[in-house]
Parts: sequence; structure tokens; C-alpha cells
Amino acid sequence: MNMNRRETLKSLLLAPLAAGAAATAGCASGARVSWTELPREYSYGRTEAEQQRDRELFAESWFSEHELVTIAVLCDIILPSDHANGGALDAGLPDFVEFIVKDRENLKLPVRGGIAWLDSFAVNEFGADFINIDEPQRLAICDRIAWIDAEDPVLQPGIAFFSLMRDLTLTGYYTTEQGLRDLGYQGNVANIWDGVPAEVLARHGLQYEPEWLDKCVDQSRRDIIASWDDDMNLTS
Amino acid sequence: MSSSEQYDAIVVGSGAGGGMATWRLAQAGLRVALVEAGPWYDPADDSQRTQFRYPWESPRRGASTRLRPFGDFNACIGGWELDGEPFTTAPGTDFMWWRARMLGGRTNHWGRISLRFGPLDFKRSDVDGLGDNWPIGYEDVKPYYDQVDKLIGVFGTNEGLPNDPDGYFLPPPKPRLHELYYIRGARKAGVPVYPSRLSILTKRINNDRGICVYCRQCSRACALHADFSSSTVLIYPAVATGRVDVFTNTMVRKVDTGADGRATGVSCIDRGNRRELRINGRSVVLAASACGSARILLNSISARYSSGLGNSSGHVGRYLHDSTGASRAAFLPELMDRDIYNEDGVGGMHVYTPWWLEGANLDFARGYHLEIGGGMGMPSYGFGFAANQYNEFLGQRVGGYGNGLRDDVRRFYGSRLSIACRGESVPQFGNFCELDPDVVDEWGIPVLRFNYRWTDQEINQARHMQETMEELLEAAGGVLLGGKPGPERQYGLTQPGEIIHEVGTTRMGDDPATSVTNRYGQLHDADNVFVADAGTFVSQADKNPTWTILSLAWRTSDYIIEQMRQRNL
Repeated sequence: MNMNRRETLKSLLLAPLAAGAAATAGCASGARVSWTELPREYSYGRTEAEQQRDRELFAESWFSEHELVTIAVLCDIILPSDHANGGALDAGLPDFVEFIVKDRENLKLPVRGGIAWLDSFAVNEFGADFINIDEPQRLAICDRIAWIDAEDPVLQPGIAFFSLMRDLTLTGYYTTEQGLRDLGYQGNVANIWDGVPAEVLARHGLQYEPEWLDKCVDQSRRDIIASWDDDMNLTS
Repeated sequence: MSSSEQYDAIVVGSGAGGGMATWRLAQAGLRVALVEAGPWYDPADDSQRTQFRYPWESPRRGASTRLRPFGDFNACIGGWELDGEPFTTAPGTDFMWWRARMLGGRTNHWGRISLRFGPLDFKRSDVDGLGDNWPIGYEDVKPYYDQVDKLIGVFGTNEGLPNDPDGYFLPPPKPRLHELYYIRGARKAGVPVYPSRLSILTKRINNDRGICVYCRQCSRACALHADFSSSTVLIYPAVATGRVDVFTNTMVRKVDTGADGRATGVSCIDRGNRRELRINGRSVVLAASACGSARILLNSISARYSSGLGNSSGHVGRYLHDSTGASRAAFLPELMDRDIYNEDGVGGMHVYTPWWLEGANLDFARGYHLEIGGGMGMPSYGFGFAANQYNEFLGQRVGGYGNGLRDDVRRFYGSRLSIACRGESVPQFGNFCELDPDVVDEWGIPVLRFNYRWTDQEINQARHMQETMEELLEAAGGVLLGGKPGPERQYGLTQPGEIIHEVGTTRMGDDPATSVTNRYGQLHDADNVFVADAGTFVSQADKNPTWTILSLAWRTSDYIIEQMRQRNL
């Protein structure tokens, strides 16, 4: 075997397994999971020290394959792909989670420990690791740890972990092109702000105070070079 | 190595003060060496640009790093910790010190809040009997504020307020929706609110710089040069005169002095090749930040200046003070399920509340202003955390999984309103920075050790801030988020240094026994050494310091030019 880790992972995950095939390499038939691979090269105004840091992070293997598959399965449950704007796997969430956990030291232990807790809980309940139980069983576990008001102290570590995975999944998704489309985000483009749209003001029962509005910029004159009289009044 | 040229002026540091001094001195015909510890920087250079990038252009989606603590799209190269350049704090005291290492310094990421100090701000001791008055008054600085307004550009409105002076303003942008809710709440609570005052060009000011295109990304530095940073507005034009040599990646160790006690130049290290460099000059203008300049002076030890240059009074490093700060946020149910449109606006608040209780009977001295936050910003790392936590206020469950989360995210997008307070602290002789005798940085330069504790004045002020924020957020229709910090957390008071308004370490005064510079920023002890950063501030007001740094640096530069004309320098 001369394949790098990424290819191994992909081929394992993409390999079509016969229904009911025995689990191999920690990957059961029910845990087939694949995702859009994110780029590993970025250019956005980095210093040399920053480029070095990112190169090291991309080169570092920190999660085991088992952990990565578990992350992918959880991301998929939290934001599934059966949606017009795509889900977590379409948005490459496992790659993002892997990177951000390596980048932020304080995430490492909660994620690693959380996966171990989840596996231990799944073994107790259903006799196998989380990714090696079937989907209804996985969802049965999620139903018990997905809500923060669950009052069973035994479940608290799982609730904390699931909350963390939900946070990482949503933040990872809503910072992609699919996510901004899902949200309907309109900004990050050059434009001329000229106040809240009238229909929005009406819907909120608000209006601009006329005296305030009189002081605001007349956007039709923005390109005329500013000049003032000696009493500090703008004259252009 | 030694510079072959004898410069008329060596300016140390390229932030607000250093940029202004460089621009003014070069414009007057002087030959200037500008020394900056970090690299050249231009946000219009695509290899350095972070503006107009989408979150996925960063593998960490804009999350903070140790190298960019305000998020990795932020323009400022530097941070709270710098590799190889430590500082220390005395036991039982706190200080956070943000240092930039780049052309333009901290003006690349500041909030562009550009407030003149008012008449009372220069004479606070007369008002409350605490601390000291400045040796100068508003009338001395006003002509320079006027010039800075016209040269650099600042939007705002003339309101005729007694201690928040009018200016030569560009017109402000219209408020955004969350700001209209704040205005409504403030009116209800009887608290004044006005258009904010930010150095962002809502209107053309000259043919060299662009006009704001409302992307809300001033903190990423503007490729159109439509906001103020020292590099884009002052240093490029200064360099264009042909009279400025910029020494980037060059750290100043100390000011060198001759037998007559006057400065002869500066000793530096080239950070690229670790070689020593000496730059010769007729005068030295320190603008390396209040603490950075104090450090250089304290390290400029000679037989004549055994405790550091300019320190015969023992006041270098003393009276270090920062603004106070506290913040709070609320969920506005009326902003749920919003219409989504582009409301990025400028890179900061469109409305603010200046201090409104001057003269009221309070259990603390001096005031604070309120900065308003909210709106439908661009998602970055952290967006979507606790996505449906506000369900708690709607009697619904928090958590879950599946496509329903998408509805939660949209429902609560832009429904948060926040307030940050920034206030004036009372300068203390006992709050100071000094050299740590045991620690040097990687360049062999002794580092600073900070000694700083808040007093009851600041703690009581923070308690008042919390009361105010709760009142205003609730008046705006908000449901308060998080707990109200009590005495065990000093009412949410920020740590000394955290607001990044460090001032006072080389304060000006008429008495050489209790001040470091005269009223022009000239050292009492060496007449060709000047300070053009916020070190000369006697007190900081509740205003952001940049507009005053710029005005005083211009004033100091004019003084240098005049003294050279008269052959006194």
C-alpha cells in the first residue's frame, strides 16, 4: 500500500460495500460516507509565519481514520444533504472540522474525548462503536444528547460533545458558498448604503427622524470633493 | 553599519503619530528617516489584501489565531503576544499590550472612531481635583483638529455639545435597522444619541483616495484607501515627496546621545539579517506607541543619562493608563425573521452616545461613551454557535439536529444588539511600566515590566456602565443575554491595556520635575528628542486617542520646523 492517507481514506469511504458486509478497517456498510474535499492551498494576505503555520497544520495527522469517519457521520446527521443548498458533506465539513480542531488547541480534547464517550455509549447500548451501529440506532442516541435540556447527568458529556459538533458543523457550513446562499447573505460587495429599505421600515413600524436624515450623506453628491465654509458647514 | 546620511529627523514608528510627523516634516522639506519594526504594508497589494474575501478563503474561516487575535482577516499584523518579544507584569498586577509590527501600525485595524477631546478633557483636575491638568487647552489643539479633519476626513455632525466639539465633518451614513431600535430605546430612556464620528470617507476628499463602498471591513484595511490608516493616508504621500527613506523590519534599541547630551541618531537592529544599524540625524521623533517609546527612552542609558534618556524626573513610564471598557448584548425579538438585504454599512457604528452626565453626582469621576453593535454581518468562524439558544426566550427547546437548524439560523440572524462602553480612567503615578532587569527580547533589548491596578474610580464606573447598558438594551426592546457581572468580576471591567488606548508614559508638562516633555512633546532633558505618540497625554478622556495623537503630532512637527528655521535645532 503506497497511497497517502487522504487517498486511502477516500477509497475506503468510496468503496461500494455489499449490504451486510463485515466491518473492515473500522468502516461498516452503514457508515459509508464521502465528502467534498476542501482545498489545501490558500492565499489571502498571509505573512510568512502564517503560511508556515498553515503548512504545518495541513501536514499534521492528528485524528485517526475512525475519528474522522465519526466526525463525518455526525456532521451529516446535523446538517444532512437532502436539501437544495446541500448539506455538511457537500460543504466539506469533515475537512474543515479536522483543520479547525488541529488549529485550536482547546478543541482537541473535547472532540477526541467526545468521540470516545460516544463510542462507549454506543457499545453499551447497541454493542458496537457509533459508526458501526445502524442508522436508527445512531439517531436514537442523537435524540438523547441533541437537546441541552436533557436532565440525565449520565448524558451530560454527550450533550456537551453534540453541542460542540453542532456548533462546528453550522459554523463550517455557513462560512461556505452553500451556506451563504442558504442564509441569503447579500453583503461583502461594493455598494452604496442609503438607509433601511422603506418596506422594511414599514414592517417594523419605524421611521427615520427627519432632522436626523437631513444630516446624512446625499449619495448623489458623494463624488464631489468636500469643502467647508469657515463655520464648519459643508458647502459641497 | 551606519547610515551615510545625516537626516533632519528620524521618526521611530509609523502609526498615527509617526505617520503624521513623517508627512508634515517631509512636506516642509526636511529629509526624514522613518523606522518601522514591521514590513511594508499596502491593503491594495493583493498579496496583503484581506478585504472583500469570503470566509471560505481562509481555512479557519476568519477564526482568531495567536498571530491575528482579532481574526485572521483582520489587517493588523501583531497581537497580544509576539514571538521573541515578551513583556512581563509585576505580581498582582495586570496589563495587556497590543503591539503592531507593520507599516501604519495599529491604525490598520482600529475602529476609526475619531473624537476630539473637549475643553474639559484637558483640565480634568480643575473639574474633579484628581490627577493633573494638561499644560495646554482645547484652544491650543483646535486648529490642528481642524486641519486633521480636512486632511484626513471624518464623518459626523455638528451638535454644539460643550465637551464634544464640532468639526469639519463629512456627512454621516444613515442608521441601520438595529441602530434605529437603539435610537428608539435611547429616546425612551432620555439618553442622547447622535451620528457617530468615524474617519471613513462618505464623500470624496481628494483625488488620491477612494470613497467608502460600505463593506463594513475597515478592520481589514481598505484597498480603496477610503478609511484612515497612517500608511495609506500619510506615509505614501510623504514617501512620494522623495524626501523620506523608510527602514522597514528595523527595531530601534535606543537613542544615541553625544557628549552634550543631545541625540545624534538611533541604534537599531535589522530584523531580517540581525545586523546592527545606526541611523544618524539632527533630531529624533519617537512615535513607537506610548509604551514602546518609553521603553526606548529607558533603554537609552549613558553616563549622562543613567536612568534613561529624558528621565531625570523619574517619570518615564509613569502614569500609564488605558481606557476602561465593559460590554453587554441583548436579543431583540422584533428583529427575528428579518428581511435579508445588504446592510453592511461602514466598518463601525453609525450612531453613538457621548457622555451625557457631566456634572451629575456620581460615585466615580469622569465619563464614558457608548458604542452600538449589531446587524447582519458576514458570517465567519463562530457564526452559528448556539444557533437556537434564543429559543429559550420563546419557550422552545434548544439544540437538536437536522434541516430545522437552517430555519433557526435564519430566524435569529441579525437579531442581536450590543453596547460597548469606553471610559476615562484616572491616571496614577503608581501605574507604570519599567525595564525588567532580568529579561531581554530576541534582539537583546531589555523588555518592559508592567505594574497596573484599577482603582475604585474605574470599578465604580464599570458598575454604572452595566446599569446603563441594561437600561438601554431593555428600552430598545431587548432581552438581556448573559449574566450581569458583579463585584467579583469588577463589573465586567476590561483588563488594563485591553482597550488598546495606552497613554501617559511620557506626559507633557511645564514642570520638568513632574513631566517628561514640554507642551510641544520636546524632552525637557534633550532638546532634539520629541515624543509624537500618546505618551505625552496627561489624561486620556473618554474619547479614542487617535485624533488627538494626529493633532498633537502635527503640532509637534510644526514646532520642530519652526525651531529648525530659527536654528535652535
